[in-house]
Amino acid sequence: MQNQIQGKVYKFGDNINSDIIIPGRYLIYIEPEELAQHAFEVLGEGFPGKLRGFDIFVAGRNFGCGSAREQAATAIIGLGVKAIVACSFARTFYRNAINSGLTIVECPEIYDTVREGDDIQIDLGEGQIRHNKEIYNFPRFPDSVRQLLELGGLAEYLKAQFQEEKL
Amino acid sequence: MGMTIAEKILAKKSGLAAVVPGQIVDAYPDLVMSHTATWRSVSVMEKVGATKLYDPERIAVVLDHIAPAKTEKNASDHQKCRNFVKKYGIRKFYDVDAGIAHLVLMEAGHVLPGDLIVGTDSHCTIYGSLGALGTGIGYTEVTSVWLTGKLWMKVPDTYKIGLHGSFSRGVYSKDLMLHLIGSLGADGCTYKSVEFYGSTISDLSVSERMTMTNLAMEMGVKCAFVPPDVRTREYLHDRIKERAYQEIQADPDAVYSKEIDVDLSMLEPMVACPHEVENTRPVGNVIGTHIDQVFLGSCANAKYEDLVVAANILKGHHIHPDVRFIITPGSKQIMLEAMKSGVLSTLVESGGVLTNPGCGACAGDGGILADGEVCLSTANRNFLGRMGSSKSEIYLCSPATLAASAIKGVIADPREV
Repeated sequence: MQNQIQGKVYKFGDNINSDIIIPGRYLIYIEPEELAQHAFEVLGEGFPGKLRGFDIFVAGRNFGCGSAREQAATAIIGLGVKAIVACSFARTFYRNAINSGLTIVECPEIYDTVREGDDIQIDLGEGQIRHNKEIYNFPRFPDSVRQLLELGGLAEYLKAQFQEEKL
Repeated sequence: MGMTIAEKILAKKSGLAAVVPGQIVDAYPDLVMSHTATWRSVSVMEKVGATKLYDPERIAVVLDHIAPAKTEKNASDHQKCRNFVKKYGIRKFYDVDAGIAHLVLMEAGHVLPGDLIVGTDSHCTIYGSLGALGTGIGYTEVTSVWLTGKLWMKVPDTYKIGLHGSFSRGVYSKDLMLHLIGSLGADGCTYKSVEFYGSTISDLSVSERMTMTNLAMEMGVKCAFVPPDVRTREYLHDRIKERAYQEIQADPDAVYSKEIDVDLSMLEPMVACPHEVENTRPVGNVIGTHIDQVFLGSCANAKYEDLVVAANILKGHHIHPDVRFIITPGSKQIMLEAMKSGVLSTLVESGGVLTNPGCGACAGDGGILADGEVCLSTANRNFLGRMGSSKSEIYLCSPATLAASAIKGVIADPREV
């Protein structure tokens, strides 16, 4: 299983809701790349372009609150983001992220110390985040969730299961 | 140890005698709802290569968002939904004429006390108004439940909210919820189940309970309940066609992780200011705020009772000439009832424009706001850009505050009209 996710951080505040991540009028799309073209655009000029090149989002509390739209997770994947570390997540987003194959980690301790552009390393096997020689711990995912993330989400997992049944 | 309503429902639906908060169970929902997002779930099913559903009778499909179709793309998405329900014999299908999925399914008797219901909409929490556990999931997970009949769920711990005293004139369950969301925060109940009790609960109509369990989502709940009582039974009496049900009540010794009490008589009309629902203030603090549009709609507050509240204030008045008034009844049933009683005439005569039942402007379908415009809405979300321009603003309120404000042309106190 993939253990390490490393990269450059973009930092958000609290309550980043699903309408900010991807406005409802773009839910006619389901492909990550199409959605990503409009992700976070309501935040103003330069978005989503200025998010390109960042690998990990670090956010405050209640990231992904609001609508149950799965495209909130898909749009972030489309931006090339590999993981989100937040103080807390809204439950629908949390579930959708895992089902979409997007790694998400709750780790409030890191929020105040990390700055935009910093490099952090997430170790899924150990349940640790490394930043400037500091180590922050988070509860490890069970193997079933890691398998889902590894396969790229629930659709791929179902596909594998149904193909197995057919054989 | 006693169990809460959520614990009891999740235990029952996963075939266990008892569960505890934090436990993960494989639960079998009674109903899986999908709205216009259904086409995405169908796409996932095609990608997976599966052709057999676990139980077509447990599937409901309602075309409520962006309906009727606005573009060729919408039209082909809707077509995909219709082809799917025909091919698989899904009987609980409601086309673009029906209205908002939540209201339509409750009106049709598909939501029963004790049910576990999942669906592609965060406001599935509304089913708790009838004592059912409703919660939102994504479209891929809907496909998974279509195919396997089950999903993993974590048993939430439960907050108990006690309601005491009576609402003052001009104060409604919407104001109660805006007060709670403002004081507890948008994540004040994340992953929690909420149960409403208290001496006042029996006075509250099913319509008001719907507003409560709907808005509870905006403080992050997984599910919310008003325990079934005589009003629930009255609502269901003529609606149940297919299934029997068993009411589920919490045990007297159920364990709650927090208890909150609210004196309803102390509440004032409340308004949620841009751009977060938790940004609430008593209406007195925002009186005189400029508005361009008012929207009487959404699964939170476009039920028959809500239209009546607005009509009673608007009767004999005309709205301010600088305000646009969009009326979107929650469902066809609601629209028909309002037609017959004359409520709809009153609303339209006051200067409103009537749209077809459905999610409408709340989901960015019609009533789009331009740069700098302000909408006062009875919906449940005021997020940045939700109704159009990212330079527009949305305030949320009750149907009464909306009607009073429409007359004045600025945000107004419903007690002063």
